[in-house]
Amino acid sequence: MGAMKDAPPAPSQMFSVATGAAAPRPALAAAVAILLMLAALPAFAARNLIQDLIFLFYMLALAQCWNLLAGFSGLISVGQQAFVGLGGYMLFALTLFAGLDPLLAIPLAGLVCAAFALPTALIVFRMRGAYFAIGTWVVAEVYRLVFAQFKGLGGGTGTSLAPSITSTVFGIEWVKALFDVRTPAARDIISYWGALVLMASTLAFVHAVLRSRRGLALGAIRDQEAAAAGLGVDIYRTKLAVYVATAAMTGMIGALIYLQKARISPDAAFSVLDWTAYVIFIVVIGGIGTMEGPVIGAVIFYLLQRNLADFGAWYLILLGALAIAVMLFAPRGLWGFVAERFGVTLFPTRRRLIMGSDHGKRV
Amino acid sequence: MALLETRHLKAFYGDFQALYGIDTALEAGETIAIIGANGAGKSTFLKAIAGLVRRPADSVLFDRLPIGARSAADIVKLGIALVPEGRRLFPSLDVEENLLVGAHGRKLAGPWTLDRVYSLFPILKERRSQAAPTLSGGQQQMAAIGRALMSNPRVLLCDEISLGLAPIVIADIYAALPQIKAEGTSVVLVEQDIAQAMKVSDRVYCFQEGRLSLSGRPRELTREQIHDAYFGT
Amino acid sequence: MTGALDAVIQGILLGGLYALFAAGLSLIFGVMRLVNLAHGDLIVLAAFIILVLAGKLGLDPFMAVLVAAPILFAIGFALQHVLLNRTLGRDLLPPLLVTFGLSIIIQNGLLQLFSADSERLRSGAIETASIALGGGIAIGVVPLLTLLSAVAVIVILNLIFYRTALGRAFRATSDDLEVAQLMGIDHNRIFATAMGLAFVVIAIAALYLGLRSNFDPTIGPARLLYAFEAVIVGGLGSFWGTLAGGIVLGLAQTIGARIDPEWQILSGHLVFLIVLAIRPRGLFPRALD
Repeated sequence: MGAMKDAPPAPSQMFSVATGAAAPRPALAAAVAILLMLAALPAFAARNLIQDLIFLFYMLALAQCWNLLAGFSGLISVGQQAFVGLGGYMLFALTLFAGLDPLLAIPLAGLVCAAFALPTALIVFRMRGAYFAIGTWVVAEVYRLVFAQFKGLGGGTGTSLAPSITSTVFGIEWVKALFDVRTPAARDIISYWGALVLMASTLAFVHAVLRSRRGLALGAIRDQEAAAAGLGVDIYRTKLAVYVATAAMTGMIGALIYLQKARISPDAAFSVLDWTAYVIFIVVIGGIGTMEGPVIGAVIFYLLQRNLADFGAWYLILLGALAIAVMLFAPRGLWGFVAERFGVTLFPTRRRLIMGSDHGKRV
Repeated sequence: MALLETRHLKAFYGDFQALYGIDTALEAGETIAIIGANGAGKSTFLKAIAGLVRRPADSVLFDRLPIGARSAADIVKLGIALVPEGRRLFPSLDVEENLLVGAHGRKLAGPWTLDRVYSLFPILKERRSQAAPTLSGGQQQMAAIGRALMSNPRVLLCDEISLGLAPIVIADIYAALPQIKAEGTSVVLVEQDIAQAMKVSDRVYCFQEGRLSLSGRPRELTREQIHDAYFGT
Repeated sequence: MTGALDAVIQGILLGGLYALFAAGLSLIFGVMRLVNLAHGDLIVLAAFIILVLAGKLGLDPFMAVLVAAPILFAIGFALQHVLLNRTLGRDLLPPLLVTFGLSIIIQNGLLQLFSADSERLRSGAIETASIALGGGIAIGVVPLLTLLSAVAVIVILNLIFYRTALGRAFRATSDDLEVAQLMGIDHNRIFATAMGLAFVVIAIAALYLGLRSNFDPTIGPARLLYAFEAVIVGGLGSFWGTLAGGIVLGLAQTIGARIDPEWQILSGHLVFLIVLAIRPRGLFPRALD
């Protein structure tokens, strides 16, 4: 901005826009290496660790989705549990009633969630801000109450996945042979890979969206909606697309979660605490509006959950107090604080304006 | 000693510096006018005095008291009232309620009561129960001025009160100024209408890109001087 | 026929309770555009405070609420001044997330202090008293008092908002915060006062919540949703609208319950969504946003 005060640019200057530092080769290679290492983990790790990592992966994936909605698109939803539960119930329904393999049911569950997200959005988008938030919560409650009516899926008390389903997941025999483990452990390993794939694809998807033109539109909408509208950004459709896409991803994650748990009930599947409160905590502590934030937040949350969850109500009071403290004193979260101090980025998404010569300025 | 003084007044909007060290003085009973092109910092100047914009603690002195660190609500109670740019009446309140709200911060004794304001602007009494947005531009401006007067200010800051109004309406509004002065209120006018500003003021200050480019008595300034100061040549 | 009439009457009476829940929320949103996600939990907290006061001081709940009211005013004033004022601004997220965190803290704090056991406010004979209307229909005295109190609260809120200097300050601050400051209005104090007032309404709501049914630390969020639905259905910016919204919700739930007891809450939610779909601004909107 300060440079504008100097002599105005010559009329023949060319402009182009580059996104961040184009993912440098070493970083990409590192990411792939990490993924491969994680994939190979079941060969060495104890079953406990695998289960813990499943939890970490799917909480991180949920957090990235919520972040995309709230941190980047300004759609602060307190009702994403609607899609976690819907995804979970779809997994059960598709495997129990349609006889589909659970791994196939997961993406299908995502599609169903996307289909439901559309009419849901049409209603909740009529509200803004905090009212939108509570509206999404009401919708989630409706889903919960409706599913509690389905006796075929256990009604209010819920149901379990029959062993005939859990022991015939695609690839389970191969895993049992490869790692020399029994069925439950093998199922955990498959769930682990599923969680890893979902987490990685969620990260990749969010990253791709933010680097795309749609992503730039999102930033504009979040920062200054009226101005964005004035510039021709189709706000409604962009927000709708984001809402439906995150619903689909959240649904797939929900399907995976309940494949691993093998037991579902309306109160658990549509729990505000598990699928919204904890997720929001992760994003807020880590750093809202950044991709790195939820990663840090998820790790911190996992550690807290691991060590303090036994303290029950006190633990939750601590989480609530921490979230409030962070919101008041460090609203950009831990990562926001670090990134500002040291100017670091792991997932480059900021735009640069390149003027004629090779010098770029951060936009 | 001046009633109201600014010393090296700076103001920022985030990183952007709007005022670069303005020195002005208002004597009791005086009317001063601030002129300048759009974006010169005139409104910011008034906002800084009124406490709506961050400024250094000792950059504004009222009756020799530094008020730069005081909040806007405090400053009204001290006796400085701002008629904001664009009138900005409260849409949920009717005319009379708008005026009454102006008295919320009244701490000083003075002549400005509801009746006195109605006698200054009789049309407001006619429209006292109407919702503020239903008034014409000129009537809204009168209401905004009346509202500011209700706090019995010793200094009245007027931000572009002629903006968007027809000349005959502007004349009506300016006709009220002598009465305001007669009641002992000193006035600072920010004006786009230079002729009007020169007519009513005892002293003129010209702003140019956040700096003072000219000051003097209207009678003593030439057209050329004003033009140069205004456009910054 | 009596069955239907009875359902309607009970629905309207239930609506009185929901209107009480909603009035506080409506007040706060009207003055400072804050939606307090902890609203339901605060009602529960107030109910526990009344319970403790009634127990410790040996008071009937109707007396205990008179003692509780100024205490709750002070708590609300302090909460706003110390915490919530710092979250207000252009960004939507801080007030939402801070009040969400508050909700979790209150629920779990109450769980620690009181355990998850159900409690009830006891007031003796009045709890079961009823007035016979003839034709086999009777109105419970407590539900009737609830509705009358709701009406009284709304009348008083309207009086405050439209007939007092404080109310003018509320409306002016809500319209234009910056210019309100130019009127000498200290918006921090005004917001704190509004919140204190809302807490008094919350105390009254808590009284009737506790008299009508059992309560425990976890029922807060559901009350928030009912309050919210009543406000939206009624229309933003109008206290009478909030009463209407409460009654619509009460009717929806009661009629739904008559069809199938398990459908009570769902019916309320569905009617809310339908109203939102057809008349997004509510039935009697007043606000300009």
